[in-house]
Amino acid sequence: MASTSFIPSGDFRTSYAADTTIFPTRTSRNFAIAGIALLCFAPQLFSEYWLSVSIQIGIFSIAALGLNILVGFTGQISIGHAAFFLFGAFTSAYVSNNFPIPVFFAIPLAGVVTALVGLIFGVPAARLKGLYLVIATLAAQYILLDFFSRAEWFSGGSVPASANPFSIFGYALRGDRQYFYVVLAYVLVSYLLVTNLMRTRDGRALVAIRDHYLSAEIMGINLTKYRTLSFGLAAFFAGIAGALYAHYQLVVSQEGFGIERSVLFLAMIIIGGTGSIMGTLMGTAFVVLLPESMEWISLHLKGSAIDHALSLNTNITFLREIAIGLIIIAFLMFEPDGLAHRWRQIKSYWKLYPFSH
Amino acid sequence: MNAQFLIQLLVNGLVVGTLYGVVAMSFVLIYKATQVVNFAQGELLLVGAWVCWALLVKFQLPFWIGMPLTLVFMFVFGIAIQVVILRPMIGEPIISVIMVTIGLSTVFQAALKWIFGVNPQPFPDVFTSKSIDIFGLQIQTVYIMSLVVSLAMMVGMAWFFRASKYGLAMRATAFNQQVAQSLGISVKTVFAISWAISATVSAVAGVVVAVVNGVSSGLSAYGIKVFPAAILGGLDSIGGAVLGGVIIGLLENIAQYVDSQFLHWGNLYEIAPFYVLIIILMIKPYGLFGTRDIERI
Repeated sequence: MASTSFIPSGDFRTSYAADTTIFPTRTSRNFAIAGIALLCFAPQLFSEYWLSVSIQIGIFSIAALGLNILVGFTGQISIGHAAFFLFGAFTSAYVSNNFPIPVFFAIPLAGVVTALVGLIFGVPAARLKGLYLVIATLAAQYILLDFFSRAEWFSGGSVPASANPFSIFGYALRGDRQYFYVVLAYVLVSYLLVTNLMRTRDGRALVAIRDHYLSAEIMGINLTKYRTLSFGLAAFFAGIAGALYAHYQLVVSQEGFGIERSVLFLAMIIIGGTGSIMGTLMGTAFVVLLPESMEWISLHLKGSAIDHALSLNTNITFLREIAIGLIIIAFLMFEPDGLAHRWRQIKSYWKLYPFSH
Repeated sequence: MNAQFLIQLLVNGLVVGTLYGVVAMSFVLIYKATQVVNFAQGELLLVGAWVCWALLVKFQLPFWIGMPLTLVFMFVFGIAIQVVILRPMIGEPIISVIMVTIGLSTVFQAALKWIFGVNPQPFPDVFTSKSIDIFGLQIQTVYIMSLVVSLAMMVGMAWFFRASKYGLAMRATAFNQQVAQSLGISVKTVFAISWAISATVSAVAGVVVAVVNGVSSGLSAYGIKVFPAAILGGLDSIGGAVLGGVIIGLLENIAQYVDSQFLHWGNLYEIAPFYVLIIILMIKPYGLFGTRDIERI
């Protein structure tokens, strides 16, 4: 179907290949390619501030993507994602500091190691249903954070660990402008990988488990294997994202990676849409931009009556947390399929325009 | 010396453990009646403690007025949460419901910091704090008060489920919602009441902890410790939750003893319950008294 240039105003798909295609029309493919090409010029066009915001969106969206495999596609929940993210960060910093391994290889290695750690916690979880898994990941969050504060050889204990800047074969990348390309490459590869995973037999098995695990089991899907697999994949992407974050910040500390951060990752995929790959990106952008925009609003309200009434400056962190919590609740109550669903509705409206009714 | 230290820790563990038991009991109450895993249980403690603190300190009310007012407030508050937030979520997948309660806990946590500040506040002296001598052990009266209150709440709860009309309705609903409904039980009311009772009981526990340690956002840690306790006892067993709470409380203090006497790792006390949690999930996921899920197709 890639031959048509616009989405036809009906369903004309006749083969499974057409049903699982990534780009339904030529135009959508061209737009995607043009968008990526445009992003390649972003470091030249964006200011320092927007560049750092977009790097953050990129990094967190990879972690959120991993969580979405677990939550959105397999129907399990994890509230220990921040700990896995942090584990990837510490691993990559540790490996590149202590072994003659360039950062280029340390990042995927951190992903693999984090996936293995994820599997350790995932093995008890695989026998359990969603509810018990949540509690197991809660324990994972606390146990891992406790491990970081104990293992000084690994994470520096209470002192933040330092991480090397990104380098490949002796050539070191300096500054945000060059690092942007690294993040962009990782985002593209991860999103492509996961999109394709969902088109394969294994991806469909995960979705079948989410929709009805008993039926899935009866159809011959090995529940334990696939639950563990999705847990490992989630940890893998968290580890990759954490490693990218470590080499972006150049220091890794436990500060700010408690349970609140795990909730933030959950917020990203709920807002974006659980079970939607592009939605993950939208949700991450939303969650990263929300505090930034709140900061901006509070800056502009400075000195006004609202500022005095709420004393915005001192309370902005609390207001931010309240906003995140309320948005999670609101999305779950009123828009459980997230921004991705809204986007699909806009598309289907225009598909039939002007005869949408 | 060491033996005395151990006994002191065990008494401490028993006191803290019964409090965990009370909170776990109110957690299991919600889970059993409404199938909601409440991640905001610790925040209910916190809300109760802060409200009571505000009534006693800001409004200068005596304790015997302030405490009942707190309980009335928490009763209404529990109903409000259920009606406004959780009733629309009935029928949604369990993970959505869990995430709603996680969202709630974030909101309460931040809102309370916003309203009352981040600094811990001492609780006004409700009882003249003394220690009394029992078998050569110095035990503070607040600890005894805490133990007595916890036990009273457990007995009250047992009576409620065995003898009262609403308690029986709640058990019926937990057993089978449709059958309960067909017998004329209003499932809606049962859901609301179970939240109200859970919030009230948690608030009592919150005030008790606050009297001993002062009010701070650290109180919500009790909500997290509920998970090891409830999993140990079995998620749907109220008696199991109480026992699980006591075991976790004792275990924490034994871990502290082992740590301070032999291992010197530091902080073992805080993390030990979570290791126990993982081990229980591995070997006996339905806990000591939980019913095993058997699904019919």
